[in-house]
This record gives sequence, C-alpha cells and structure tokens, in this order.
Amino acid sequence: MLVAGIKSRPVYSGLNIDIHAKRHLFALEGEGALALIDQVKAAGADFLKNADILYVASGSRAEDHDRKLAALGADTFWLAPTIPVLLNRFHVMLGQAHMGTRIYLAGTEGFIGQAQQVAMNHGVDPASLHTEHRGSAARRVQCVHCKGITDSVTTSPYTCTHCGLSLLVRDHYSRRLGAFQGVCIDAEEPGTAPKPEELFP
Amino acid sequence: MTINTEMKVRVAKIRQVADKVKRFRFERVDGKPMPVFSGGAHVIVSMRDGKALRRNPYSLMSSPEDTAGYEISVLRVETSRGGSAFLHETLKEGDELTLSQPVNLFPFDHRGKKHIMMAGGIGITPFIAMMDQMEREGRAFELHYAVRTRSHGAYWKDLQQRYGAHRVKVYCDEEKLFIPVQKVLENQPLGTHLYVCGPAGMINGVLGKARELGWPKQNLHSEEFLAPPPGKAFQVKLAKSNRTIDVAPHQSILEALEANGVEAPYLCRGGACGQCETGVVSCDGELEHNDHFLEPDDKASGKKIMICVSRITGSAVTLDL
Ligand SMILES: Cc1cc2nc3c(=O)[nH]c(=O)nc-3n(C[C@H](O)[C@H](O)[C@H](O)COP(=O)(O)OP(=O)(O)OC[C@H]3O[C@@H](n4cnc5c(N)ncnc54)[C@H](O)[C@@H]3O)c2cc1C
Ligand code: FES
Repeated sequence: MLVAGIKSRPVYSGLNIDIHAKRHLFALEGEGALALIDQVKAAGADFLKNADILYVASGSRAEDHDRKLAALGADTFWLAPTIPVLLNRFHVMLGQAHMGTRIYLAGTEGFIGQAQQVAMNHGVDPASLHTEHRGSAARRVQCVHCKGITDSVTTSPYTCTHCGLSLLVRDHYSRRLGAFQGVCIDAEEPGTAPKPEELFP
Repeated sequence: MTINTEMKVRVAKIRQVADKVKRFRFERVDGKPMPVFSGGAHVIVSMRDGKALRRNPYSLMSSPEDTAGYEISVLRVETSRGGSAFLHETLKEGDELTLSQPVNLFPFDHRGKKHIMMAGGIGITPFIAMMDQMEREGRAFELHYAVRTRSHGAYWKDLQQRYGAHRVKVYCDEEKLFIPVQKVLENQPLGTHLYVCGPAGMINGVLGKARELGWPKQNLHSEEFLAPPPGKAFQVKLAKSNRTIDVAPHQSILEALEANGVEAPYLCRGGACGQCETGVVSCDGELEHNDHFLEPDDKASGKKIMICVSRITGSAVTLDL
C-alpha cells in the first residue's frame, strides 16, 4: 500500500557529466558504480583526470564493482568500508571544494538522500546535484510517531524497528532527513493493518 | 492591481549623490511605518506628471530595517521621455506620490555560504540594501562595482568606508580597470552564490563566464533594469471587452491599457516577474519578445506576451483581455 502522487517525491535525472566543471566529485554506492561506468562509455574518459571517486559497495560487494571503478584511472579513487565512513570523507572533501566542482551521487535512494543532506550542509543547492538511482528501490523511512529511522525498507506497511508500529510508507520525502515518511496505518484498531506488500524490491 | 495595495508617500529628502544620480527618501503620508522588505526588493513608483501617469520600478536601497522611510537612487537617463527626468527635474521635497508594496525578484539565497555581487553603474542599488542585511546577519560577502568614472559612481566611497576596501572593490572604466571576472570566480568556496545587476551585456558576459567555469545555474542570479523599448505604433484589440486601443511608439502595451482605464496586473514592469503574462488570440505581424520570463518555446508559440515590455512588428494584435 502506498500513497502516491506526492510532489516531494525526489526525481533522479541521471549523472550526465557537466563538461564545464573544473572537477567532478562522485559519491557512489553499490550498483551506483555502473551509473558512472555507463557515463564513461557514453561521454568518454576525459573528465576522469579531474575526478575524485568515493565508493562503498554495500550490498553489491560480490559484484566487484570497486575493481572496475579503480581501473577507470580517475585522479583519485577511494573505497569506503561503510556508508557513514564514506559520508564523512565526502564531508571533508566538500569542505575543501571550490565552485566549479560538480557533485554526482548514485546508488539507492537512502544513500543519495544522506549524501544530499551532507552536500546541503555545505550550501549546495540540491537541484545542482547530479543524481541517479541504481540498485534496490528500498527506502529509508522515518516513523512520524517515534522519529526512528529504518533503512532498507522494501515493503509497505512495514514494522518500525524502533517502536513496533505498523507504518504505511508515503511518497512524502524529507530532504533534510533524506528519508520518506512512515505513518501508522492501524491506529484506530491495532492489529488490523493490511499484509505488507513488497513495493520497493 | 492584484496584490499591491499602494501607499501614499511624501518626498522627505532629495540629495544629489553623484553625476546624474539622485537619492530620494519617501515617508508615508499617514505616518505609519513602511513594511519591512528584504534586500533586492523594488517598488513601483507612480508619478503624476502633468496629464501623464508614469509608473517605474526602482530598487530599494535604504536599510531594510528602516521602517520610517524608503529610499531609492535614480539615474537620470539621457533619452528619458519621462520617469527619471520627472524625478530629477520636477519632483520637489514635500511632493506626494504613490508607491507599491515592495516586491523582491532578486533575493539572496539564505542557504549560501558566501555571496559575490557584481554591479555595473546604477545596478549598485539593490546591493546596497542586500549588504546592509548580510552584514547584520553576519554573512560572508564581497562586492565588485564597475563605474564609468569615479564621479559617476554613486556610493563607492561610503561602501568602502563601511565594509572595507577588501570587501568592496571598485573598477573604473576611465582608469581602464574592469572586473576581473575569471579571477574573482576561480577558487571560490563551494556554496558561493553570484549576483549580477547592470546592463544586459555585462550580465550575459559574467553569467556566461561563470557557466564556463562550471558554476551551476542555481548559484547564479541577475537583475536587469529593463525599460520597455520603443518601436512602431500598433493597435491592441481586447477580445473579451471588444475594445481597440492605440499603442504609441513610446508606450508599452501595459501603459496604453492603463492610459485607457484598463487595469492589468503587474509586479515589476521590467519583464521579469511573469505577472503581466497575457494570452495572444491573433497577431498580424511578429511578436517582439523583450522579457526575461517566457521560456523560448513559449516565445516561439506566439500564444503569450508579457505586455510590460514586449511589442509587435505588425499593425494589430488581439489579446485575451
Ligand atoms: C526591477 C527594476 C529595478 C530598477 N531599479 C532602478 C534603480 O534602482 N535605479 C534606477 O535609476 N533605475 C532603476 N530601474 C530602471 C527604471 O525603472 C527606469 O527604467 C529608468 O529610470 C528609466 O526610466 P526613464 O527615465 O526612461 O523613464 P520613462 O521615460 O518614464 O520611461 C518609462 C517608459 O517610457 C518609455 N520610454 C522611455 N524612454 C523612451 C524613449 N526614449 N523612447 C521610447 N519610449 C521610451 C518606456 O516605455 C519606459 O519604460 C529599475 C528597473 C527594474 C525593472
Ligand atoms: S510586470 Fe513583471 S513581467 Fe511584466
């Protein structure tokens, strides 16, 4: 079950390399590696000499995307063990970055949302980010009741990992949190929630 | 007017501040405070000049905190048919006129980490109010101000004194000094925003350079003090009210409508806000789009016109009014 058609649902228009950019900073997660590899196929490898790549494999570890990325020959390539470690490095790099640096994010929605938040804290307009959704459609959802965030939600309703309520996943997205909203679905009569449907495989 | 409730004001003070530039202070006739505005806002000044009613937009350049009055600075335009000539040569202290509520089409982005302003000539005015606000809010900013001669440049000395020569840089044509746009824009920290106000050529040049240096369009802002260009006379037919109105060579469609008692909505009268967008039913010539609002495909469709600045090449246009 899903409440659709809400405007705040983010749009990902693809990594599309900006040829005017002086530097290109990529923060990639999991299958997001392929978004960059596809760009190199389409736009050539020229921009890579001014590119920094941060990558975390997440669920795609078995795919060896990190070796393919390392082989691209970008100016720098850095493999992070986890998303928080990647985001921390991303934050440090943004603090030293200049205008003319274009920022590219690719991976799951939860990852893009969190990276976007880091960039916004550096005064970057989210509309100037180049983003591409790759991999699982799993969502990062915040329970509007206990405020707890649950990562990798694939069904709606889902059970809040913090307070145990049965939550309907809305299309309402908070940029500040990088998370969708989860609203209690059986508040009137607990236990009457519909069966979870796999909506975000 | 749709949103504007007009305010009757009295001219409290007029001061010559540079060659061809005068500063005017207005206070409300009813003694009430002015609405607080944000840096970058303008008002429409309505002037009764003999029989003619003139309405021109002017940027507010007093401190946004000063609710006792509003101040504008006006360049006397050489080819002026009315507005700036009236303000410079006819208007006296104590006279009354009407101001619209302030409208801001050129606000600064509060999320920005740093703000770089580039002004050409009289384009300095919105930045004077913006800097006042930024200074109070503790924001990082710098101004690059191009003037023809030092005596033409209004306020550069005051601004340097107030904010320091490291934040207010003046470039004088006469001394062969120009804003080193590339040098200024290189190596600015991420999250910097750029604002340009001046002649069209300067705006296009600076923004083009910024795009070449990889600045995203979300960080680029500009305002042009566009006045409706003159052209040939033509007729406007109003489809709904079934009237025909003549537009003189030196009149905009909007002005011609107003002169004939037809009130159409507007906010900027400078082709920027979109408020005066009007449907075109038919036109026996080409539409001459002079605005910065319509998208290229809207312009090409021939179905829409911004009546504050745009004209036609033919002899008659029928509008959905
Ligand atoms: C948002 C905005 C902010 C502005 N802020 C400022 C400011 O702070 N300071 C400032 O000095 N200016 C400012 N301007 C410009 C200002 O509004 C006038 O355009 C300017 O003062 C020139 O007016 P004028 O003397 O030509 O006036 P007018 O002669 O009264 O012009 C009014 C109209 O008359 C017509 N017209 C004028 N001259 C001719 C001509 N030679 N031939 C044919 N038609 C003509 C045009 O339709 C014109 O708009 C701003 C403009 C905008 C859009
Ligand atoms: S009044 Fe603003 S575009 Fe015409």
